Amino acid sequence: MSNMKFMQGNEAVARGAIAAGARFFAGYPITPSSEIAEQCSLLLPKVGGTFIQMEDEMASLAAVEGASCAGVMGFTATSGPGFCIMQEHIGHALMCEIPCVIVVVQRGGPSTGLATKPAQGDVMQARWGCNGDHSIIALSPSSVEECYELTAKAFYFAEKYRTPVIVLSDGITGKMYENVNLRELGEDELPPKREIAGDPADYRTYNFDPDNIPPLAPFGTAWQTHLSSAMHNELGYSFGAPENADRCVRYLTDKIEKHIDEITMTRSYEMEDADVVFISYGCSARSARGAVEKLRESGVKAGLLQLQTVWPFPKKEVTAALGQAKVVAVPELNLGQIFQEVAACNKGTKLISIPKVKGELLTPQEIIDAIKEEM
Amino acid sequence: MYTYNDYIKEEKLPHIWCAGCGNGIVLNALLHALADMQIPPEEVVIVTGSGCLARLVTYPNTSTIKMLHGRVLAGATGIKLANPNLKVFCLMGDGDGATIGGNHLIHCARRNIDVTAIICNNFNYGMTGGQYSATTPYGAITTTSRYGLVEENFNMAELVKACGAPYVARCSATDVLNLRKYIIEATQKKGFGFIEVLSACVTHYGKNNKMGDAPNMMRQIDSMCVPAARAKNMTEEELAGKYITGKLVDRNDLIDFGTSYQRLREEVTAK
Repeated sequence: MSNMKFMQGNEAVARGAIAAGARFFAGYPITPSSEIAEQCSLLLPKVGGTFIQMEDEMASLAAVEGASCAGVMGFTATSGPGFCIMQEHIGHALMCEIPCVIVVVQRGGPSTGLATKPAQGDVMQARWGCNGDHSIIALSPSSVEECYELTAKAFYFAEKYRTPVIVLSDGITGKMYENVNLRELGEDELPPKREIAGDPADYRTYNFDPDNIPPLAPFGTAWQTHLSSAMHNELGYSFGAPENADRCVRYLTDKIEKHIDEITMTRSYEMEDADVVFISYGCSARSARGAVEKLRESGVKAGLLQLQTVWPFPKKEVTAALGQAKVVAVPELNLGQIFQEVAACNKGTKLISIPKVKGELLTPQEIIDAIKEEM
Repeated sequence: MYTYNDYIKEEKLPHIWCAGCGNGIVLNALLHALADMQIPPEEVVIVTGSGCLARLVTYPNTSTIKMLHGRVLAGATGIKLANPNLKVFCLMGDGDGATIGGNHLIHCARRNIDVTAIICNNFNYGMTGGQYSATTPYGAITTTSRYGLVEENFNMAELVKACGAPYVARCSATDVLNLRKYIIEATQKKGFGFIEVLSACVTHYGKNNKMGDAPNMMRQIDSMCVPAARAKNMTEEELAGKYITGKLVDRNDLIDFGTSYQRLREEVTAK
């Protein structure tokens, strides 16, 4: 059923989370993400959920992890500096395999940077921000509609793969107002329930099989869990043997990378016959779409591959786009963080980085100007 | 009817702690208190962080989680608010609870989250080799204060009291029966229950400060304890370097966060 509303991206994030069944939010105010917390304080108590403003970002994600362990899906929202503070807990959630969602509304960095201006400088922080080898899921919305849809999807992936999932929004997507269909999610779109059966004595918190991830038994049930971010065995007890460390680390990577086809979400605009292709994500994908429309008007066969899934990196789709194009350009509000990933997939196609770090969005004309010489 | 044996995984013993360490006493008191209260093991969650005491998670026959260093009470806040039926026990050392986690301690007490927090204060970082913490006394020798510490320490019980916690107690690890009683009272109190246990780190703090073997060190810690009733008649000079022990706060006039929030939920839903 359609339920069209005109609202802000950040508000749509809160709505998407609640539609997916999230009933816990813990956060710390930071521009430009604060509306997510504000909306949660308004909406969550009405649906039996809990909002709490914590003393810092470490406490925020710790509380979200705690709620998830107690069986209530939770999330937090922040921006660059707060995201830095959360990294240790993202590692903790990865290692303990605690489902949770972290929304990052990116702003100009490094550090305090440009608090009220948009950026996409945290793409690599999302990928590699916490210590140690691992893989991660990050989804990047480019519209208010996608703020709703991808946040809901983030909870689906978090529960399915028992992992923290990052929603990589930005200061433009989060702050802009658009129509959004606050549709009810179908049964198969809702995060899988943690169904645990069998003799509690046989339950293992971990099993290190990427194709058979045991659901996290909520505290308070007959299935005892032991969660530890130290190298652990199936029961969750510390186990530092070299072969076990190897098994744990490879498993944490494999459980995401082996399911890349299911996790990858991309959208194609005018790609059928495109030989000038933009690969972009978030707010810059909107700018690139504008550039595609303008270029098409002037007869250039331009197209856009929008990455809704940024991590794991959609190598297959990007490689295909590189294969069909004469020129590929990557507009983004950083100095080429995704460009480098695209370059790693490239086998000789002319490839252009279109970076911008002024705290302003890329205009379609800037994108067109950047590739002019190549046409 | 649950007995002590229902709460301990005997096959995991002996524990890893040094001879003379107070951590085993705290574990023992906690599990006895659980049996005294007849709390079903599946309703118990034990939360720890990092450090010697954090290794406690290996032994109880309950669900456990090791949070990050210092974030024990922040994690416990989420657990308790998500499922108020759980009995949440937060076991921390002075590093975890009062130093790296000091901010969460004061806010958890201020918010009055209905969990039981036990800080086992052994005056230093044992696991990492005896460095000073926020509870190490002025002048003490540690591996990072070789010439004597030039910082003042926290009075944790007073700190938590000032933050508005409804239950605060302090005792020496040798005071086993009172410790067990305080754990029960702190758990039954609707709100933040806090217990500071003064404990011996024979291996590091005791060695560095020439406090002798385990019995000697425990005797010295006991000699620093002054029961609250006696402390009332003592001067500030007489109390210097002493730790006032006993039940220090027991209030029934405060509403815990979970109860307040449930009221809010009911009000906004009724509208």
